Amino acid sequence: MIRVIFAEWRKLRRPTLFFGTLGAALFFTGLTTTFLYLMIDSEQGNSDRGRRVGREVLNLAGGSVYGFASVGGLLGIIALCVFAAQTSQEYTYGTLRNLLVRQPGRLRILMGKLIAMKFFALILVVITAIVSVSLSVALSDRAKVTTDLWFTSDGFHEIGKTFLNVTISVIYYGIVGMILGLLLRSPISAISIGVLWILIIENLLGAVKPVFLDWMPGSQLTTIAQGGSADISYLHALTLGTSYVIVGAIVAAFLFVRRDVAN
Amino acid sequence: MTALAISVKDLSKKYETGFAVSHANFEVPLGTICGFVGPNGAGKTTTIRMLLGLITPTGGTAEVLGESITHPEKYLSRVGAMIEGPAFYPALSGEENLKVLATLGGYPIERVSKLIETVGLAGRGGSKYKTYSLGMKQRLGIAAALLPEPKVLVLDEPTNGLDPEGIQEVRDLLKKLASGGTTVFVSSHLLSELELISEYIVMLRKGEVVFAGSMQDLLMKQQPVILVKTESSADLIKIVEIAHADGHRATIRSEVAHIEGPAEWAGTLNKKAFEAGILLTQLSPQLPNLEETFFEMTGDRS
Repeated sequence: MIRVIFAEWRKLRRPTLFFGTLGAALFFTGLTTTFLYLMIDSEQGNSDRGRRVGREVLNLAGGSVYGFASVGGLLGIIALCVFAAQTSQEYTYGTLRNLLVRQPGRLRILMGKLIAMKFFALILVVITAIVSVSLSVALSDRAKVTTDLWFTSDGFHEIGKTFLNVTISVIYYGIVGMILGLLLRSPISAISIGVLWILIIENLLGAVKPVFLDWMPGSQLTTIAQGGSADISYLHALTLGTSYVIVGAIVAAFLFVRRDVAN
Repeated sequence: MTALAISVKDLSKKYETGFAVSHANFEVPLGTICGFVGPNGAGKTTTIRMLLGLITPTGGTAEVLGESITHPEKYLSRVGAMIEGPAFYPALSGEENLKVLATLGGYPIERVSKLIETVGLAGRGGSKYKTYSLGMKQRLGIAAALLPEPKVLVLDEPTNGLDPEGIQEVRDLLKKLASGGTTVFVSSHLLSELELISEYIVMLRKGEVVFAGSMQDLLMKQQPVILVKTESSADLIKIVEIAHADGHRATIRSEVAHIEGPAEWAGTLNKKAFEAGILLTQLSPQLPNLEETFFEMTGDRS
């Protein structure tokens, strides 16, 4: 297994992929955090879907990571794309046969790839967390937000909790991408279907009947990153999100182990 | 009893559309070069994939290095393979691609640069795979197959895209590997190349093995042919009649008489033609070659 992890890491660490993904993650993190503070008095809102997050919220112990928690869903989508591409391209490039000749244990291949990609996602989350919190501190003065509670023991607890939630969410999104990659065996199909579902279809269904969002996978994963929302409790999102990921992973792993490798 | 590198018994793969491989039986002795030939769609790649554990047979059994193909983990560390052409990550360099596979297989990373040199890619190992020509990709595929220092090397069309010099290099490399004890199981559409290097041949047609054995046995099955041209094409009919009179099968193709018979009979024919007043402009006995034999046995001239 350890050999699979290191082999996969050789692919993940290539500069165009690593820095490209990090760049995208930092762009969204920077944008979300900056808007949160610079548009704090805007009538159009300063958070996702035009919501207003006031000083009374950002002054709290969890204020430093509010921006980071908000960007969790977008980081998840980035992870979904990377995991889906890294998995399905083995089929499109025909490299899966090379991997299986060198390591015939198919579950071992799958687990090794997953662990390497989780490590990749973890690096992404750590760096974006540092950048988001730093930006929040830097912009707090200008937005007249008090940071007194941010670095107390409660504040650090909030940082740790949010970091854990965002990490879980990003990894779950990544696993969804991996499942789509294994099922569809094409990066374009896996990424487009995943992103289309999470960004468009779920939102359309939610607009038609908001209660749908209580059961949609993307909605659960984003809620996990935010540590719960007004509409969906954290426990509900975590339970349902975990269930979706486990069932999907079992189905995809079963197919991967049983399916002939014919390309 | 000869030790076997590959042993296939009644191996089949059936899809909804029919058999890709049907009840195949053949054996490949250790340390030999075995050519694996057949027209497109004959089932060569399907057989190779089954031997490498990539697809599951629907019937029969097979062993590689004495281990059943149901447990590929028991033998794949001693097998090198290139199936259906080279396949690598385009954004990684040739060298980095090999390092991925070396890491995965647990082989020393230092082996990579040596192999890059062996296959003639020295100086280009650091270039991205997507910038490689077809020949270079093919060379990298061979290098990847050699990573485990294999006991059995399975190559599917290894000379595809190579220039004549490259083909000769691959031929020499395979001979060298075989002389060092490696069994080479190679499929190729370049039958003349296979004839030069293979001691054994497995021939497939529509999923069925039509011949499996030594190259010598295969060629012995075919009659030698004597090619005859005459000054006047009208005399060709008389030549055919002389052949028939002596019990040899003969046909005329493209103003050349093809007579099935031993090379020694060419002298008799020459004498009889002279006596009949026929002037021969060509009289050449030809030993059967793999290409002719292949066409004869598979009935495929496409």
